[in-house]
This record gives sequence, structure tokens and C-alpha cells, in this order.
Amino acid sequence: MADVAQAVPAGTHGEHESTGIEHRKLGMWVFLSSEFLFFGAFITTYLLFASRPGLARPYPAEVYDIPFTSVSSFVLLMSSLTMVLAHNAIERNDQSGTRTWLLATAMLGSIFIGGQVFEFTAFVTEYGMKLTTSPAASAFFVLTGFHGLHVLVGVLMLFSLYGMSRRMGGLSPKHHLNVELVGLYWHFVDIIWIVIFTVVYLLSKPPL
Amino acid sequence: MTATAERPTTIFRRPKATTGIWSWITTVDHKRIGIMYGYTAFVFFIIGGIEALLIRIQLAQPNMEFLTAAEYNALFTTHAVTMIFLFVMPVSAAFVNYLLPLMIGARDVAFPRLNALSYWIFLFGGIFIYSAIFFSDVTAPVGAQGVPGNLDPSDQTFLGGIPSGGWFLYQPNAGPVFSPGRAIDFAVIGIQILGVASLIASVNFIVTIFNMRARGMRLLRMPVMVWMTLVVQFLLLFSLPIIAVALFMVMFDRQFGTLFFDATAGGDPILWQHLFWLFGHPEVYVLILPAMGIVSEVLPVFSKKPLFGYPAVVFAGAGIGFLGFGVWAHHMFASGITEVAQAAFGLATMTIAIPTGIKIFNWLGTMWGGKIRFTTPMLFAIGFVAMFVIGGLSGVTHAVVPSDWQQTDTYWIVAHFHYVLFGGAVFAIFGGLYYWFPKLTGRMMNEKLGKLHFWVMFIGFNLTFAPMHWLGLQGMVRRTWQYPEGLNLGPWNLASTIGAFIIAASILIFMYNWIRSKRHGEPSGLDPWDARTIEWTIPNPTPEYNFAKPPVIRSLDDFWHRKYTVDEEGRAVRRPDADELIARLDEEGRNPTEPIHLPNPSYFPIIAAAGLPIIGYGIIFHTSVTGKFLIAFGALLTIAALLGWGMEPLEEEHTETGLATAEAH
Repeated sequence: MADVAQAVPAGTHGEHESTGIEHRKLGMWVFLSSEFLFFGAFITTYLLFASRPGLARPYPAEVYDIPFTSVSSFVLLMSSLTMVLAHNAIERNDQSGTRTWLLATAMLGSIFIGGQVFEFTAFVTEYGMKLTTSPAASAFFVLTGFHGLHVLVGVLMLFSLYGMSRRMGGLSPKHHLNVELVGLYWHFVDIIWIVIFTVVYLLSKPPL
Repeated sequence: MTATAERPTTIFRRPKATTGIWSWITTVDHKRIGIMYGYTAFVFFIIGGIEALLIRIQLAQPNMEFLTAAEYNALFTTHAVTMIFLFVMPVSAAFVNYLLPLMIGARDVAFPRLNALSYWIFLFGGIFIYSAIFFSDVTAPVGAQGVPGNLDPSDQTFLGGIPSGGWFLYQPNAGPVFSPGRAIDFAVIGIQILGVASLIASVNFIVTIFNMRARGMRLLRMPVMVWMTLVVQFLLLFSLPIIAVALFMVMFDRQFGTLFFDATAGGDPILWQHLFWLFGHPEVYVLILPAMGIVSEVLPVFSKKPLFGYPAVVFAGAGIGFLGFGVWAHHMFASGITEVAQAAFGLATMTIAIPTGIKIFNWLGTMWGGKIRFTTPMLFAIGFVAMFVIGGLSGVTHAVVPSDWQQTDTYWIVAHFHYVLFGGAVFAIFGGLYYWFPKLTGRMMNEKLGKLHFWVMFIGFNLTFAPMHWLGLQGMVRRTWQYPEGLNLGPWNLASTIGAFIIAASILIFMYNWIRSKRHGEPSGLDPWDARTIEWTIPNPTPEYNFAKPPVIRSLDDFWHRKYTVDEEGRAVRRPDADELIARLDEEGRNPTEPIHLPNPSYFPIIAAAGLPIIGYGIIFHTSVTGKFLIAFGALLTIAALLGWGMEPLEEEHTETGLATAEAH
């Protein structure tokens, strides 16, 4: 009885009026809608300060290393591809393929975080732009730092899925949805990065 | 049935206790969680009430020295934080938790363990804020040094360690320069923690409403209470991330030296106001909409009429939700925002009066021509409508910008929001408690004491807050610990103080009634109020499994239509077999015919929740080794608990004894 309820989306077995979307999936979508406002507020704050005249230099836009960040952005984008492949593998019940792609996604995510650590270090040591330099620098570090934290949480979830799969000799059908949920979250974090890279890195200019 | 053998992956065996303290700590039952929310919120209500009484004693006469200025600042701040975040919001969560699944015909919420997590985070967040008392390191606010009555470091008092600076934590006043010391940090991080609880709850309730309605419970057949809950959860969902961002920025400013709100470095204090009120105004509707839901349930029952214009009430509620995001700057007319912005936000604010007015007229229309029974819940509901109209009208005056400039920071504002939040929300909450008490206990609350409570509270409330209107118009400034003699402010302030103690007396009557009725109240039976909605089609107190058989809904006010029909002249006539139906429902509800799978209790929610305040302490003391250890320990605890949670088997072998076995999402 309970198995059936688990295997079939809640809406289709006739007991409930429902959207037909599994609870956890709908919950993830709802949660992500809230996350958009979280990053929206941070990006807005950054834009408020990014070109405000008279702040202590350097402005974030004066120190960006666009080629470097382009590469790490590309790495993060590719991790969305591997995430899709992991999801695709679990749909075909290909356990080892799932593990491979989960691990690949986690690795690419870790490389992205590593790139961010490198970038932050360079900003601080080479250009003297610290968290406490100016409101613009504060906004830059806190915004991208929180994004990095989101990537880190995603990496943790990927590793724990990988670990679960190893330990239990494959993810049972009940856990297939977990891969999709982590995937939703992962793509969200990726989409937010596309916005951040475009708006915060490419479009923002220091004051003249 | 088809379960593939799965190696147990969990650390603990799932808890089994069904009574005693462990059963409460590990419960995932929405009713028990609702009850815990309710009692916890009520404890905070008493604390916030005592703070209010201390404030009123200080203000009873000109130039009182009952409190120091610093203590007064701390008290009005914690009074607000407590009443908003630790009383009205969680008590609404209590109603929603207990009633939402019953009203939509579900066995539980969509994520029972997340529901428990919300509660524990809320509890720990509340304790976290008040724990500031034990970490007092008060240093005088820079601007206040040398001002008589203000604190200097040698003047530390018990109350001085708790957060001051107003619940809105305006920057730079509540920033690192003007409010050194740790007190504010407890408010900043504590509210952040409470926000996590509300955010999790909002996801949970939204999924529950969208996915778990009983067959036939279409969206426009849901009780208004459920609709208002839905709107509120969306308001929380979209406003909490904004306050989270704002609180993070203050936290970084205070702890790590960022410059978001430091005007000397080019930071922007007005940014704080925008972000705060972009959350803060929707928050106002988060507080009032559940109350409107309660009233929309109570009025039709005791008027013996369907709610007048049900779709209009629903859409007006949703409309308030939408408009609520577009009016935040009316809290900031005095902050120097541009004239265009002032005009736009003034107009937007006036439009709020339209959906609110629709609701008021619908409630009046519901009562109009009805067979009104003046029971205690009905008195509170009518009291709500009347008081809310007064508060709403004084609210419209804030939309008129020049008038608002005059009122800013005066007691007119204090009068306004107490009329909507106390005269509104709190009256409705008490009405709801009387109305749904039988669902909790199977007993009725004493009507005589209930009516006494209502009238004493009604008189006390108006005596307390009505004079604040004229005090405000006379120019009495809020958030100031003393007022001078010779301004003729004393008499009305004294009246207000007396009123506050009358309110306190009414609360004592309520508590006595509650405790007494729990034991000795008259048994309520299944349908004590001749109600309309399906939570009354199951026995009282609510069985653990809610519905013995999943209900099927055929219309709005389904229960009513099963009991009543209309005669040729359109009047409601009780069906001859209505009593038989009630007896049958009672019988069937107590005797489920097939085994019912209920979610298993779990240890993980409370453990995961415990990590958050530990991280909070760690951040406050991050400069020390202990602090860094606490951050790491709290984070690891939460992560470990969530991992254990994720690996907790979705179900265990069923002990097919009938009730109370396994299944969890």
C-alpha cells in the first residue's frame, strides 16, 4: 500500500485533489522560487553600490579577471550537463552510470568552488580588495560567497547521493527522485550563476 | 508488497514512544506539533505581555523613573519582536498546523518531519533571542553617552543585555558603531533562525494545500481559512528571503566589518529600510490574514448563513497579498525618498483599502439577516471586525503623505497597529481558540467565563489603545522613555496603563477557563457549534489518524449541506436525518475499518534544529576559538542530522495491528 503510494505520484491514485506532481518535487520548486528572491535582493544590493562614485577603490569591476571567471563559469555550466546525464542514467536504472555522473558533477562543482577561492585570494592579495574595502566590495564578496555556499551545499548533496548509492549497492526506485531533486537544485544554482556572471561581472562598470 | 530488501541505513531505530516526553520530542503528528506551537507561543505571549506592562508602568505618569532609558529601549524592542515573531506568527502556525489537514481532509501535512523541524527551529530561535540576557556586555550607545538615565558600562542591569534599537533594527542605529555589544546580534541572528522555520513551514503548507486535498475539495471549495493560509505562505515564501538578505548584511556589518549600511564609507542606511519593509509590510498581512481566515469561519457558523460572497473574500485575500508587496515605502515617507515615490506608494497604499473593504462588507453581509448566536467565538469575531475597521481607517491616514509626516513616530502609529494587530489578530486568535477548543479536547470552554473574558478584554483593549490616538495627535513621541510634565499627556497615559492591566486580568480569566475546561468542560460531542466545514465531521478530540475514511467533498460548506436543505422559500431547514448523520459520523470516525498508515516519529528534526542556534552563538563569538568551534560543531550537527534524515528508511516493516504504523515521505 505504502509502496504504491511512494511509486505513483500522489495525484494519480485518486485519493487526493492534487497537482499530480510528487510532493518533494513540488516542494523543491516552491523552495527555489523563494531562493530567486534571495539572490535577487543580493544582486540588487550589488548593483546599488557597483558604480556608486566616491567609494574606496578598487571597485570590483576594476579587478575582475573575465577570462578566468569565464572558464570557471564554463565548468559550472558543464556540471549541469553531467547532472542531466546522472538523471538520465538513473531513469534507465543504470546505477554505475549514475554514480559516475554524480561524481563528475560534484567534481566540476568543486573545481568551480576552487576557482572562486583562487579568485577571492587574488582580489585580496594582488589588488587589496577586501570584504571591508567598500560597500561595493562587501556586496560582491557576500553575494558571490553565498552563491559559492549554495554550490557547496549542492556538492555535499551530490556526494551523499553517491555515498548512499555505493553503500546500498545502487539507489532503490524510492530514491530515484532524490537525483532529480538534487538536479533541480543544481540547475537553479547554475542559472543564478549565469545571471551573476552576466550582471555582476560582465555588465557592471566602475564609475567614470 | 513489492519492497526490495533494503539494508537498514539509519543510525537510530525509529522512536516508538506514543506517550510521555519522548513521544512529544519525536512527534511528527501535525496536531501535536500544532499544540506545541500553541503553548510555546502562549508562553511568549505572557512574556511579551509582561514586557508591555512594564512599559506601561513607566509611562503611567510624566517623568517616571521606574525603568532606565536603556531598559525601556530593550523592553519595547523585545515586546515587539516577541509579539510578532514569537506569538502571532507561531500561534497562526499552531492554527494552521492543527486545522489545515483537517480542513482539506488529509491525514497529515506533506512533510511531517519538516513540520517538526519548523517547530523546533522556532522554539530554539525564540530561546536564542532571549538567551541574550545571559551574555550581557552592554556598552552605552555612542549617541546616548552622558544622557541621564542612559546606560554607562558600570550601569549594567538584568534587562540591559537584551536587544534594543527597535524591532525594525534601523541602520545605522542598530549597526556596529551606534549599538556596540552583543545584544542586537541576538535579535539579528535569532530572527534569521525564526525565518528559516517559517520558510520551511511555508514550503510544507503550500505543497500540502496543492497536493493533499480530499477528493472533491477543489480550490474554490476550500474553507476561507485554508485560502488565507495559502496566501500567507506565499507572502512568507517571497518576503522571508529578502529579510534574510538584509539580516545577513547587518550580521556581516556587525561581525565582519562589511560596510553595507555605513554612510561614512558610502554605504546606504536607506537600503536597510527598503529591504526591511519589503519584508515588513507583507509581514503585516502574514499576521492579519490568518485572523481574517478564522473570522471567516466563525461568522457564517454563528450567523447560520453561508459566507457572503465567498469568491470575493478569497480573491480579496489574494489581492491583499499581491498589493502587500507594492506598498512598503509608506513606512518610509519621512526618510527622504523622492516625491514621485511618495505619491506612488501613497496611492498604492490607498488601494489596499479596496480588498480590505470588500472583506469587511462581506463579513457584515454574512451577519446581515442571519440568525446570530452570540457565543464567545462570535463575540470575538464581531469584536475583530469592529476593531479592525478602526485600525484600518487610521491606517488609511498613513497613505496621505503630509498627514503621515505629522503622524510619523507618534503614538498615533502605536494606536493604529495595535488596533489591527491586537484588536484584529489577537481578538480573532482568541475567538479561534474558543471555537476549536472542542477539537483539541472534546470539551467546551465555559461560555460565561468566555464572555467575561471577551468583555473585560474589549474594555481593557479600548482603554489602553484608544487614548493613544489622541496622545499621538497631541504629539507624544513613541519609543521615548519619559515625557515631560505640563503637556497634559499624563491623564490619558494613566488611563492607558490601567487598560493594560485590565487586559492582563482578562488573560488570567482566559487561562483559568482553559485549564478548568480541559478537565471539567462539558463534553462537546461531534458538532457542538452546528458547523459547516469538514473538520467537524470527525470525533472530538481529533483521533490520531484524523479521518477514519478519506472524506469526499461535494460542495463548499460540505458538512452543512449534509445537515441542511432549503425549503420552497429558500430558508435553511435541517434535514430530518441530520442527528442520525452526526451519530453515524461519530461512530465511524472512532472505528476505522482498515489499517491506517501514519508517518513515523523521528529524532532527526530536533537534532537538525539544534545545530542552528549553536552556529548562531558561534558567529556572535567568532573571534574566539570557542566561537569557531561552535560554528563548525553546529554546522556538522545539522548536516549529520540531515544526512541521517535522508537515510532514515522511508518505511519500516508494518506491524499490522491496525493503527499507528509506518509510512513517511
